[in-house]
Amino acid sequence: MKITRAEVEHVAHLARLEFDEAETEKFTSQLNDILLYMDKLNQVETRNVAPMTHAIARTNAFREDRVRESLPRERALANAPDPRGEFFRVPKVIE
Amino acid sequence: MELYALTIHELHDRLKAGEVTAGALARAVFDRIRAVEPEVHAYITLLEEPALAQADRADRAIRDGDLRALTGIPIALKDIFCTRGFRTTCGSRILENFIPPYDATVVERLAAAGAVFTGKTNMDEFAMGSSTETSYFGLTRNPWDLDRIPGGSSGGSAAAVAADACIAALGSDTGGSIRQPAALCGVVGLKPTYGRVSRYGLVAFASSLDQIGPFTKDVEDAAILMNVIAGYDPRESTSVPEDVPDYRAFLGRGIDGWTVGIPKEYFVAGLDPEVETAVRDAIGVIEGLGARCVEVSLPHTEHCLAVYYIVAPAEASSNLARYDGVRYGYRSPDGRDLMEMFKKSRSAGFGAEVKRRIMLGTYALSSGYYDAYYKKASQVRALIKNDFDAAFRTCDALVTPTTPTPAFRIGEKTDDPLQMYLSDILTISTNLAGIPGISVPCGYTAAGLPVGVQFQTAHFAEGKLFQIAAAYEKHANFTKRRPKL
Repeated sequence: MKITRAEVEHVAHLARLEFDEAETEKFTSQLNDILLYMDKLNQVETRNVAPMTHAIARTNAFREDRVRESLPRERALANAPDPRGEFFRVPKVIE
Repeated sequence: MELYALTIHELHDRLKAGEVTAGALARAVFDRIRAVEPEVHAYITLLEEPALAQADRADRAIRDGDLRALTGIPIALKDIFCTRGFRTTCGSRILENFIPPYDATVVERLAAAGAVFTGKTNMDEFAMGSSTETSYFGLTRNPWDLDRIPGGSSGGSAAAVAADACIAALGSDTGGSIRQPAALCGVVGLKPTYGRVSRYGLVAFASSLDQIGPFTKDVEDAAILMNVIAGYDPRESTSVPEDVPDYRAFLGRGIDGWTVGIPKEYFVAGLDPEVETAVRDAIGVIEGLGARCVEVSLPHTEHCLAVYYIVAPAEASSNLARYDGVRYGYRSPDGRDLMEMFKKSRSAGFGAEVKRRIMLGTYALSSGYYDAYYKKASQVRALIKNDFDAAFRTCDALVTPTTPTPAFRIGEKTDDPLQMYLSDILTISTNLAGIPGISVPCGYTAAGLPVGVQFQTAHFAEGKLFQIAAAYEKHANFTKRRPKL
């Protein structure tokens, strides 16, 4: 086993997802199959190989730091599920 | 020939000569959409009213002598590009009602060139899939055989072009999502070099791999669209400030004296014999055009799929963290506190494949597993890129099949994620290496299903890509055939 049920439940929490019994079962088995396939990579010698993070080597893309027009507040709030005045409203955070 | 069946360059000439109006063209395309859409279902959202208004403006511009590269040309957009004021779903319930407050750069550029937008095309949810079956808005059918998938994730764009439900379309390609559906639907599909086209306003899937490109009815149209969408954008930090040549200038140049590599690892077990025959025939055509075809080796090819299915889900799990039900997107009404609201919104808003990839990516990045998965994959990725760099030191271009098989049946692979992932096995390496690739129709199976040949060139060598694709297309001439609908 590459991944246990308990690990699937832990990863689901990290990913802010929740599953019922049947889904957890199915995901555990499918993720196991996929992770077993990934084991192939252990055949490749990678000592002294620098990990590649981007396809094109570029240094930081800086721009001039000046004030520019940004998205107006009404438009930024227009898609909010529960906007209140100038804010995004969410369920209670603190007890 | 009906107006909707023509190419961008043919229509441009007719609009210029005054033989047709943009209004008549737009109406012809929407009549065609009404005729084929019940069977094909290429679109999530149609934009007929704004399109007719854009066509009117195009006609006025033409009368004023202002005919641009795409004036009056009906173009479809994958529903992954932000369109100001028009909903952008990314094929997901979580964005079912999302109306972007701004346009993607590619949308701005097409609009500035005079394009008319027909609508937003269907896609696998968040571009995760190879068949367009994971869309929350139902599946798209392959215009060549309605029992088969159009490929994915940009299956709607490919099917719309193949069915003449638009003149051309844009898609996005993270592991083959333009080239694979283009091959399966018998159209031209191009993934440019990473950094060539700005992704500002593209809903992010895997940021080190995603790239935007065109679906067209022939190679010349792909060059026309690339002339419009390629180029630096200060709003996109990975877009590259490199000059954009006139890609059309490469079309008639031929490939006499070229060295073209045939990577032996792409012609192995699992390759459908009819696909192999069509691609071997294409190689024969390339040789006939004066190129020397040589066998080359890309030794890390067998690891591409494993690398991809670590890197892409890892990046996706991070990119999709933004869908939390707070600022936009679906929010579950059942969350009593913030954590519950996050979990219930995301669990109800995402489909099974998206959740599977978020789980896989979260696991690969989680404490204790990062080195074994993400770091290891990124190292092997460097070796894959080195393979290509070495090949392009001796080769002008590489030629391979685009897909291992023709279009498969609806439902055939939905229960086996790994089998579905294998349908991208010949396209993924292009994204991992960041190079450009194009799929061009190269024949049909006995059952009448299209087959695609893939050409790849070095970073930013799209010009050479157009050169070989156009030379091949001219002599093979498979781009003229259309499905019977």
